[in-house]
Amino acid sequence: MGYNCVVLVKQVPDTKRITGQAMNDDGTVNRAALPAIFNPEDLNALELALKIKDEFGGVVTVVTMGLPNATGVLREGLYRGADQAVLVTDRRCAASDTLATSYILSCAVKKLNPDIVLCGRQAIDGDTAQVGPQLAEKLELPQITYVEDLVSLEETSIKVKRNLGNGWQEVKSPLPAVLTVLDTANEPRVGRAKQMMKCKAAKCRMEIEAIAKEDDCIDVDATCEALDEKGLLIKQWDLDFLEADLQWCGRDGSPTKVHRIQSVVLAAMDTKDVEATQAGVDSMIHELIQDHTIG
Amino acid sequence: MGNFYKDNDDIQFLFQHMDLNKVSRMQEEEFKHAAEFETAPEDETEAIQNYNMVLDSIGELSADFIAPRSEDVDREGNTLNEDGTVSYAAGIADALDALAKADVMGFTLPHRFGGLNFPNTVYSMAIEIVSRADASLMNIFGLQGIAETINFFADEDIKQNYLHDFASGKVTGAMVLTEPDAGSDLQACDLKAFQDDNGNWYLHGVKRFITNGCGEVLLVLARSEDRSGGLGLSLFVCDRGPTVTVRRLEDKLGIHGSPTCELFFDNTPCQLIGERQRGLVTYVMSLMNGARIGIAGQSMGIAEATYRVARDYAASREQFGVAIEKLPAVRDMMIEMKTSIEAGRALLYETSWIVDHEIGLNKIIDNSEDKDAVKAAKKELKFIKRLAGMLTPMSKYFCSEMSNTVSYDSIQILGGSGYMRDYACERHARDARITTIYEGTSQLQVVAAVRGVCGGTGEKYLAQLAAAEYGDNVKDLTAMLAEGTETLLECAKFAKGEGIEYMDLYGRQIVDIAIALIIGYYFCSQASSDVEMEVAVADSDQTVPMTKRKEVMARRYITRNADKIKTLAAEVMSGDRTTFKEYDALIGPVPEIA
Repeated sequence: MGYNCVVLVKQVPDTKRITGQAMNDDGTVNRAALPAIFNPEDLNALELALKIKDEFGGVVTVVTMGLPNATGVLREGLYRGADQAVLVTDRRCAASDTLATSYILSCAVKKLNPDIVLCGRQAIDGDTAQVGPQLAEKLELPQITYVEDLVSLEETSIKVKRNLGNGWQEVKSPLPAVLTVLDTANEPRVGRAKQMMKCKAAKCRMEIEAIAKEDDCIDVDATCEALDEKGLLIKQWDLDFLEADLQWCGRDGSPTKVHRIQSVVLAAMDTKDVEATQAGVDSMIHELIQDHTIG
Repeated sequence: MGNFYKDNDDIQFLFQHMDLNKVSRMQEEEFKHAAEFETAPEDETEAIQNYNMVLDSIGELSADFIAPRSEDVDREGNTLNEDGTVSYAAGIADALDALAKADVMGFTLPHRFGGLNFPNTVYSMAIEIVSRADASLMNIFGLQGIAETINFFADEDIKQNYLHDFASGKVTGAMVLTEPDAGSDLQACDLKAFQDDNGNWYLHGVKRFITNGCGEVLLVLARSEDRSGGLGLSLFVCDRGPTVTVRRLEDKLGIHGSPTCELFFDNTPCQLIGERQRGLVTYVMSLMNGARIGIAGQSMGIAEATYRVARDYAASREQFGVAIEKLPAVRDMMIEMKTSIEAGRALLYETSWIVDHEIGLNKIIDNSEDKDAVKAAKKELKFIKRLAGMLTPMSKYFCSEMSNTVSYDSIQILGGSGYMRDYACERHARDARITTIYEGTSQLQVVAAVRGVCGGTGEKYLAQLAAAEYGDNVKDLTAMLAEGTETLLECAKFAKGEGIEYMDLYGRQIVDIAIALIIGYYFCSQASSDVEMEVAVADSDQTVPMTKRKEVMARRYITRNADKIKTLAAEVMSGDRTTFKEYDALIGPVPEIA
């Protein structure tokens, strides 16, 4: 009995290596100035999927949404042991916020008909931790966040350990389910030498088209076919293929509006306990509205 | 997420600076295997891309997986179980599993056995990176020369039997040479190899200080002939079955993750490697040369690791109101450490490159159908072989001594904290200590190297280095090196004239001069490199071209060495023989040990 695992991964700027030009004047991240890396917690999600495959068999598919250069993380996924890779790319995806992103990804995930969907808890560029939960809602699947360990897998159900920060919880859920995985869950394996040698040639169609523009000798269809035969063609899906409703994609599908961006220095010296009661929460929300943190 | 390959500017620079094109072409025999094996590259570009990716992967594994376990490995050590089996420290077992899964346990083995067929130059880089994470792990990861020896010298069925398992990481090996009365002097080996009526071979006797003697595949040096000396010895391979007992695990100063075993062979069935009587003189010599390069890589890794702790401390520890690295004495130590690490790295990688060149020429001679190419290779091989024979002990000697100096200096930078087990420096110093001892002591490396220096190889190599192209920015430095070479040749001539004993007595001085000159040329070559790479400057957002930085380093290194060379030369040319003549009077009788 194997499991069909889909791992959602993201290429992010390496925010550990911040240099002078890391931010644009408008306060957004200057992605060109920072090296692109595999979002760290997505590696933990991939590792969990690979462990499931090692133990129970099945297939691991890595999926990312982005420009054609995002195939870097997909190849990286293949090096580490994923069986196939999917790039969701379409100009109409541009300016998607987390809600639109989760909608588009949900369309892609549906095509793959998975037993288990795994995401990192959050990406180090946006730090929202929203896409995983939103995706689960769109797919109408149970979600288990903050996963730290797999306890058991029994064909139609999964039991995992969640880390809630001040304790652990064991949760059982029917499958399919969406899991978001913590960096404390495991130590991601590195790329296998032989897999790297083989899969370094893996490309999506747009990448081959770009090469063909520079080199007339390259026949795009024939090259794609040859790569596909070797299992090295990265699947490339656009919104038409996903049959996505365009009003939920890109700018149109993104309710998030950036009001302003400011540099925040965390200087609070003391902490405040909020009672875990309705009154306590109400009072906290009131306070946050008062100081314009929310609202 | 760390990466011990990517975070090391000097390795990154040398990876581009060294001529890996040539090495890859020779290693892949003009890329003739590309169609046959998935791991075989089509051209130089692909080969180098493969090397880079695998080093990247090892760098990540070393930083994120191996290094965090090294402290526990050191504390835990290995365990000799009641049933005679040995359990590795948990961190070593985990790391070996991870290395096997990363497909890097057959680093240099041919494609046809499932190996990566990478050159030694890249292997040395990998050994350094892994050793920086855990020096003791190198004793298993870095001794793939055991499999390589089988590949070079054993029959095809033995190769088929063992090499696939080595490459997949299913088995590890040990070189089983040392005995209680045969350490540096392996000719004194006494363990018996005998045949039954059907011609099957068996081993009987004791071996001591066997690194990873609990490994599954043992290469054993044994006396197969009824005669004394090296020609009575042959090399055998056997499995560690019920007739091989680990009698004890040594309790030792450092490299606690590496099990050092005493083995008893009780009529153990084995197979002969290659031909009888060539065990020591041909096979073990080859095996040892590979292992010496490995120890040099291990030494580099320890030095890099301990240097980084010291630098971090020197930059953050404040005394007298400033970071201690602002104090002249500490500043100077830091630069000396950094320079000697880059000096050692240059020597080790260039040596590995020459070894690859030697292996490549042998491949042409063995496999090429082009008669002219074979003839040219044979001609070239003569010198390259002698050069590898000189540079290998030089690398082992220089890097291991350097590693000890740097790890002691690191403790010194940390002061009292460095002496405590709270910091890794004390572990690095304990780990470094073995490097000048095993696989031939420094003293024996000097004896091997000085013969090359005085026998013409040194002169020819230095002439080749002097004739290479250098930038105008280092012309004054190459002139100083040329002057130093004159001094070296005078010393060599004088020492030879005084006899072999005198040459060995002043071997260290002669070899030190030769190494200083050779590394001086390497630094000049690096300063003249066409590799464009910017490296960060401390305490600023500025960067500086690596070549410029290397020029500064070359200038400091060569200028400072110029006077040292004169001093060393004066010692050699002194004719002082008190060491021989006055030993008894100066040393007195053997004292009682309380």
